[in-house]
Amino acid sequence: MPDYQTFDHDVLVIGAGGAGLRAAVAASAAGVKVGLVCKSLLGKAHTVMAEGGIAASLANVDSRDNWQVHFADTMRGGQYINNWRMAELHAKEAPERVRELEAWGALFDRTPDGRILQRNFGGHKYPRLAHVGDRTGLEMIRTLQDHSIHQSIDVHMECTVLRLFTDGGRIAGALGYDRERGRFRLYRSRAVILATGGVGRAYAITSNSWEYTGDGHALAYHAGAALQDMEFVQFHPTGMIWPPSVRGILVTEGVRGEGGVLLNNQGRRFMFDDIPENYRAQTADSEDEGWRYTQGDKNARRPPELLTRDHVARCIRREVAEGRGSPHGGVFLDISWIRQRLPNAREHIIRKLPSMYHQFKQLADIDITTTPMEVGPTTHYIMGGIRVDGDSQMSTVPGLFAAGECAAGLHGANRLGGNSLSDLLVFGKRAGEYAARFPRESGAASIDPAQVEDAVRQALAPFERTGNGGGPYQVQHDLQQTMQELVGIVRTAGEMERALDRLAQLKERAVGVGVPGNREYNPGWHTALDLGNLLTVSEAITRAALERRESRGGHFREDCPEKDPAGARFNIVVRKGADGRMQLTREPIAEMPAELRQVIEEQK
Amino acid sequence: MTDTLKPDLAETGAVEETEPPRPHAEPQGSATFRVWRGDRSGGRFVDYRTAVSPGMVVLDAVHQIQAEQANDLAVRWNCKAGKCGSCSAEVNGQPKLMCMTRLSELPLDQPVTVEPMRSFPPIKDLVTDVSWNFRVKTRIAPFTPRPPDAPDGTWRIAQSDVDRVQEFRKCIECFLCQDVCHVLRDHHLHEEFIGPRFLVYVAALEMHPLDTGDRVEALRRAHGIGYCNITKCCTKVCPEHITITDNAIIPLKERVVDQFFDPLGKLLKVFSRREQP
Repeated sequence: MPDYQTFDHDVLVIGAGGAGLRAAVAASAAGVKVGLVCKSLLGKAHTVMAEGGIAASLANVDSRDNWQVHFADTMRGGQYINNWRMAELHAKEAPERVRELEAWGALFDRTPDGRILQRNFGGHKYPRLAHVGDRTGLEMIRTLQDHSIHQSIDVHMECTVLRLFTDGGRIAGALGYDRERGRFRLYRSRAVILATGGVGRAYAITSNSWEYTGDGHALAYHAGAALQDMEFVQFHPTGMIWPPSVRGILVTEGVRGEGGVLLNNQGRRFMFDDIPENYRAQTADSEDEGWRYTQGDKNARRPPELLTRDHVARCIRREVAEGRGSPHGGVFLDISWIRQRLPNAREHIIRKLPSMYHQFKQLADIDITTTPMEVGPTTHYIMGGIRVDGDSQMSTVPGLFAAGECAAGLHGANRLGGNSLSDLLVFGKRAGEYAARFPRESGAASIDPAQVEDAVRQALAPFERTGNGGGPYQVQHDLQQTMQELVGIVRTAGEMERALDRLAQLKERAVGVGVPGNREYNPGWHTALDLGNLLTVSEAITRAALERRESRGGHFREDCPEKDPAGARFNIVVRKGADGRMQLTREPIAEMPAELRQVIEEQK
Repeated sequence: MTDTLKPDLAETGAVEETEPPRPHAEPQGSATFRVWRGDRSGGRFVDYRTAVSPGMVVLDAVHQIQAEQANDLAVRWNCKAGKCGSCSAEVNGQPKLMCMTRLSELPLDQPVTVEPMRSFPPIKDLVTDVSWNFRVKTRIAPFTPRPPDAPDGTWRIAQSDVDRVQEFRKCIECFLCQDVCHVLRDHHLHEEFIGPRFLVYVAALEMHPLDTGDRVEALRRAHGIGYCNITKCCTKVCPEHITITDNAIIPLKERVVDQFFDPLGKLLKVFSRREQP
């Protein structure tokens, strides 16, 4: 009989970034017993890295903004395969969620009349992002954290969940371990909310930390839930590229929102050379108009640097591939040029982009107020994830909910900057509320002890092995290289077939990985356990990307470079088959109600 | 106003960076890292030789050692960009974020020592038990806003009022200030004193333009502000360059004094201030 501690909760939230914290607060407010499990210390989740802001049509800066425009922008950005119900709820509820944060102590930058200031961002028609300089994520997570510690929420820090248990098809609980001692913990809970974030560690160049190994995606998949849109990975166009140790660290889109421009090695603003047809009417046709837009001129249209992230990332890749890149294989992002336009440009930049200034100064010896930055695409976000009901956020497994990055639907084929923080708040709250209701409406569930024993045995297996297939870090490294090289920004069927072969080999190596040392705070062991999740999501990404034979949003196929109108009518759904193999289906997208269709038409 | 803020930036709340000390050339070849390995029961330094390259930070070296030589080397980290405050440690005896400490700041002709924060109980290797900090925070009276200013339930706040507290809200909770505070490090007064991090936290609440809470009595008694004798060690190590002592702790001390001590002396002080040229 394995040794483990047992905890009982009505709702178990896995993940303590923006979505998990907001869900826990909502569930707690509904009066149920809430447990919150997180892989790191509280307040360190990736939300803290978000820089630009929270998208919400408060209309404080431009009174023409409203939920309809935000909805249409989100759908256009997502290339119309979004879950339209989620896009609608998100656009309608985001303003209230932002105001609520303020009531909990968040302090946003202000308009001259004292309301919440909003800034421009890619794909958003009007200035829409509530922000605090370029550290909005820190403000948001700290506000939620400081609010949540006064609700009655049991927080289990530095615990990782290994497996979900079901009882007759519905959720019953989870098994995890604490990092400190490596002891197992059984969480019995009739509702579980996954808020585990993304999968960035599947790639070599990423803005994501060690935590983002697709845990929620893989846990849900193995519990029988459906995943969707896994082919859509967002490569943020501007990550740091030099020196090598900082490669992948994010450079906020806010730099471009404040007037920063992208230049190739000939000094050309190449983004003007390739403006997609569906954005042409909204895009500036001169550098001057673009500048005026960033400075708040309501009659100006946005500069092409603020086109959607998928497009900007591909343009950068093209410049580099065609020999017009910067010395270290990126392009130049220049904010220092605004000296030509603003008398106090230096102070302005430091004030608007303090952490970017600090980051480049400290890590790259570059003063961004005088020198252009070198940037290139970095794996940032996955639009795909757990398939959920738009209203309740419940997955296809009863009692299992998902919110934030690990859930799919809101962003479709490409996420707009700023829509992530608002996603966390809107759907974190919804997931928390619906999950709190679920236990009351359903009977008791029990966990089969044999399953727990099996999970424990599997978790301890790496200590028994000799590790002939290499250590966990080598396997993780090879996996990251595989995905980076073969399932990256530009994809072909041949390369992805090769990726599947390599993933199969890596899977064999992963089950042979051995680790030294004992169970106490042993990162080698943790890495070995994360490998299974990384392999599951990598396979799902690759198979879905092979299946979608067109280019759309974050998914670009060099062998099928055009958008296929038929591709807008389905989502690719991934499930675990009865034989244990991954099964893909094309699920038709439900027809959009007439009133939403009309909103989109009006905003074209 | 303090000497670390240039006048033009002080108003904005932005902090001018001082040039980071880079007395050494960009690293090449290999270097030795003397890493503390151990747990609650004790430990020792172990030397690891590893390859170094230009631009590397201490955390890169630790990760490399972990991947190549010591898979079970325990270290906390997340963002690797100085934003999450996870990778606090003592590098060559100095409290630092490992992810923001460039090797070019260090003499690599001798071993670089990397050890855990010494004010907190060790868990394993570079990881310490910082849970005390999380418990302290729950003891501080939470944010309590005044009623909304507008009928739609929103507030009107001047940017200048936001700027005033932004410095405190930049805190990434790395706990390096707690690590160096002698009240905690040498005198272990964890039960009586909340430490610089949480005095900054109280300052952020007390100076929040919407907050109506009163934490002055608690500052004096439960939070032990009197223990701080303003040696400014915390300010020196703050990776976010928060002027902890001057901008947060001293104003809070003044509030405590104003409220609790010597109203007559206070009156005299007002007069004497007027008489000064």
